[in-house]
Amino acid sequence: MWRYLVRRLIAAIVVLVGVSFVVFLVLHLTPGDPAQVLLGPRATPDELVRLRQELGLDRPVLIQYARWASHVLRGDFGRSIMQHRAVLPEIIRRFSATLILTAGGVMLAFPLGTLGGIVAAARQGTLVDRLTTTAAMLGVSMPAFWVGLLLIITFSVHLGWLPGTGMYSPTGSGGLTDLLVHLILPATTLALVPLSIISRLTRSSMLDVIGEDYIRTARAKGLSDRAVIGKHAFRNILVAMATVFGLQAGFLLAGAVYVETVFSWPGIGFMMVNAILTRDFPLVQGGVLLVAATYVLINLGTDLLYAYVDPRIRYG
Amino acid sequence: MASSGGQAVAQAIGEALPRREIGVRPATSWQRFLANRWAIAGAVVVLVVVLAATLAPFLPLRDPNVTQPARRLSPPFSPGYVLGADHLGRDLFSRVIWGSRVSLLVGVLSTSLAMSVGTTVGLTAGYYGGRADLLIMRGIDILMAFPYILLAIALVAALGPGLLNAMIAVAVVNISFYARGVRSAVLLLREQEFIVAARAAGATEGRILGRHVLPNILAPVLVFVSMNIGWMITETAGLSFIGLGAQPPSADWGTMLADGRQFITVASHVAAIPGLALFILVLGLNLAGDGLRDAFDPRLR
Repeated sequence: MWRYLVRRLIAAIVVLVGVSFVVFLVLHLTPGDPAQVLLGPRATPDELVRLRQELGLDRPVLIQYARWASHVLRGDFGRSIMQHRAVLPEIIRRFSATLILTAGGVMLAFPLGTLGGIVAAARQGTLVDRLTTTAAMLGVSMPAFWVGLLLIITFSVHLGWLPGTGMYSPTGSGGLTDLLVHLILPATTLALVPLSIISRLTRSSMLDVIGEDYIRTARAKGLSDRAVIGKHAFRNILVAMATVFGLQAGFLLAGAVYVETVFSWPGIGFMMVNAILTRDFPLVQGGVLLVAATYVLINLGTDLLYAYVDPRIRYG
Repeated sequence: MASSGGQAVAQAIGEALPRREIGVRPATSWQRFLANRWAIAGAVVVLVVVLAATLAPFLPLRDPNVTQPARRLSPPFSPGYVLGADHLGRDLFSRVIWGSRVSLLVGVLSTSLAMSVGTTVGLTAGYYGGRADLLIMRGIDILMAFPYILLAIALVAALGPGLLNAMIAVAVVNISFYARGVRSAVLLLREQEFIVAARAAGATEGRILGRHVLPNILAPVLVFVSMNIGWMITETAGLSFIGLGAQPPSADWGTMLADGRQFITVASHVAAIPGLALFILVLGLNLAGDGLRDAFDPRLR
């Protein structure tokens, strides 16, 4: 187990280095000269050459990457071009807002999706099953940004029950209640697609398991439906569920980009979209790197979770 | 080699093919598809959208870009404006129809791009194996380590906002799925007797790949395409919605949604209608795609 853990950790680090290089390279190949942007259109050629030297832009790409990477490792993500502030505190502040939103989505999507899938599978072919399956089909086909707008139109504009923008009321106390009230609509929007996917996958893996011999045995020895589904079958779909949860957690984190834009949620996705439109690359770089690192960690966690939920999996 | 597609997938997931019952003539894949009411409904929806998109220039529609300030924000069912008008008084019905061309084109082009590149990469990695495989798959791992929207966003950041670039970004993000799937199918095929026989008979590598390997992975790849295309359309519309894809004033559903967003307090239909169009098309594609998968790859369900 320990050897496996170490191997997976090393692999994760290799992937992260690769990710950081891709991010650096992609943005480095962008047309447009940062020195020109910083100095403005009236800069003289001499000034441009000097600033490029100062910023190290005249060095080979690999050297530039190494410099940037060594700064990043020391927690220095550079300074935002538009906001003239350090990138790191900004992306951490924004990222925590995104994590709150993602957590809200996870808390809705995971339990409800699992429950929906199990109920549909246990009652296969009944009205409940058909309703759940249809709802899930509609759910996966709905664009999140559209659902968000519909929720705002219904619950904020027409009914006036819930706020449709921001994380706190501008005049409010900024307490937990205020946050939760603001979280309801965006978290629901974010949860919709993963909820549907999870319920579909739970249903199909449950149906696979229900066909197995040991389930028939459990039924034959007189166990209640609840015990058969809840104990015997459920434990055996956990491995499949771990994969789905890992994938969907990453999906939620990424899907937050649209939801944050619709609801003006001050998260990292909303920040990155604006940073791209204003060509503020240090901010984009830092943001992408932070989210990608979290994503790699989630995947690593999923792999380790396998070994925990399924005692049959042993790694040398 | 007619039913070889399903066979490839069955082998790809390491299970024996379901045994045929004696005396019962098994339904063909198309018969199974045609018996699925939901799949047919989806296919009909898609067909209607394709027809509307193709015929848009010949239909008696207003120019989707002509503004009519007097009619601005007209509600649906206004005289002459079935779906109402947007904030510049442009006919929403006409814009929705013209917008379907953008969405379909985006879906077809970005899916074809992802499929062709991904399949080539997967074929190369799976068939040749060794160092090429190792290098390619590590690259794919890195691509997959990005949350997909972030990778698309980073690419759009580098290429600059625009519909073409958004499409390329969405396609690149999907290459890894095709490459992985094709590679694992090829790995199993490579050791099959008919491939070994072809090699023993002196067939060239190109001939083996083109005539023996490719036809056997085509069906699962095409099934994946049918399930992937709706997603591609949604994602590209999403990039347009956040301002990184198609730019105003083009009649694109994502851009229309973004435009309408500013007026949801006074005229919610301007944002709701293009989203509804997107939802209907994607739902149709997903229903048809699910039906195709169930009919052609029953084991993938």
